Amino acid sequence: MLELDKLYKSYGQNTVLKGVSLSVGAGDVVCIIGPSGSGKSTLLRCINRLEEPDSGAILMDGLDLMSPKTDIAKARREIGMVFQGFNLYPHMTALSNVTLALRHVLRVPKREAIDRGQEALDQVGLSDKSGAFPGELSGGQQQRVGIARALVMKPKIMLFDEPTSALDPELVGEVLSVMRRLSDDGITMVVVSHEMGFAQEVASEIVFMEGGHIVEQGVPAEVFRQPKQDRTAQFLSRIRG
Amino acid sequence: MTEFAYYYLNFEVMAQYLPTLLVGLRITAVLALLVTVIGIGLGLILAVLRSFRIRLLTAAIVVVVDILRSIPPLMLLIFAYFALPYVGLTLPSMTAAVLCLSLILAAFAEEIFWACILSVDKGQWEAARATGMSFLAILFLVILPQAIRMGIPDLTNRTIAITKATSLASAIAVPELINRSMSAQSIAASPSPLMLGAALYLVLFFPLVVGSRLLEKRIRGVAR
Repeated sequence: MLELDKLYKSYGQNTVLKGVSLSVGAGDVVCIIGPSGSGKSTLLRCINRLEEPDSGAILMDGLDLMSPKTDIAKARREIGMVFQGFNLYPHMTALSNVTLALRHVLRVPKREAIDRGQEALDQVGLSDKSGAFPGELSGGQQQRVGIARALVMKPKIMLFDEPTSALDPELVGEVLSVMRRLSDDGITMVVVSHEMGFAQEVASEIVFMEGGHIVEQGVPAEVFRQPKQDRTAQFLSRIRG
Repeated sequence: MTEFAYYYLNFEVMAQYLPTLLVGLRITAVLALLVTVIGIGLGLILAVLRSFRIRLLTAAIVVVVDILRSIPPLMLLIFAYFALPYVGLTLPSMTAAVLCLSLILAAFAEEIFWACILSVDKGQWEAARATGMSFLAILFLVILPQAIRMGIPDLTNRTIAITKATSLASAIAVPELINRSMSAQSIAASPSPLMLGAALYLVLFFPLVVGSRLLEKRIRGVAR
């Protein structure tokens, strides 16, 4: 469903992606792990071209997202994204945050947008918070609104950019459990995360990145228990302490 | 003390000139209102145009805005009223006043709006882009509502300053409050009309100043 082929990306002299190729099938949950600066967030942000890759190909269901002919804004409707810093619209209620793109991108009529927005908030366990402003919500609740905002568009794939890194430890669980439920529902996800427990339990595939390369990839049981590469093993032992 | 009262608080003189000063007050109020609406509206439009980041357009806006911010308002008024007729453009004094003061407020408002647009977190653009929203939709639905809210304290200060500068329009014969107060002062040979004029300024602007304070407080409460 999603094919990345030899993506390159540099910032000036600093090359952060050095020919990354990755294939994500429908229903897959791909967790990208790796040390900071390894290029994993950049890779994720290249998928919907929030970052512009220098070269390479991105194919989503056969559609070439790098082609100048492709309407990237239109393609983004089908690629949900959840951010480390939530990035909720602070001047809008949770419900308005969720329904904004429905109303103004998909042109869904107001009544229907509200129904779908409520449903999405329901899915993340926040049906009672639809009238709350982001500033009135905890970090975990804000991130769940962020997930609902992506989910409501019924995307083909969801991208999670370190969704729990900005959260207090006691709020991480509620967000992960929502994500776990999404994966149970068969939603295709690419997750950049430091949550090894979640990755081990939920991911269908683990991708370990370092220095702009994919060093190793495979099912969690293999990568976590018998990493083939020394660098993977070193990273895992470091992170497990 | 009685002498002070006779010259400065002569109610008889004040009563005599109250009607003409009230007409002046109305003109001042209309002038201030027009300048505020046009100035802030134009400033917002300029900031929106600037956010398209078209190089030539941006350069033009920056140059004009910086010139307008550097010129003393009185100079601009005098130029518009006394110099432009020589190039074939004769403006009624009221039009010239509205035009000049609006342009100056627009220049400051543009800078305020632009600074606020820039200070909206980059993640807001990214989140909206990621849902497929267009540049204009993001600007108007996500960025500007936040930018405008942020700009309100600076905008109200600037607006109060420029609406008080409506008194400068007396220099180009706009028969507004100061103009009429000073005429009355010379005719009556008493400064009492000036005192009355000052009181009328207070009546007009004090509620505005208090109102802007309340507005700022409200905004700060919501902004979190």
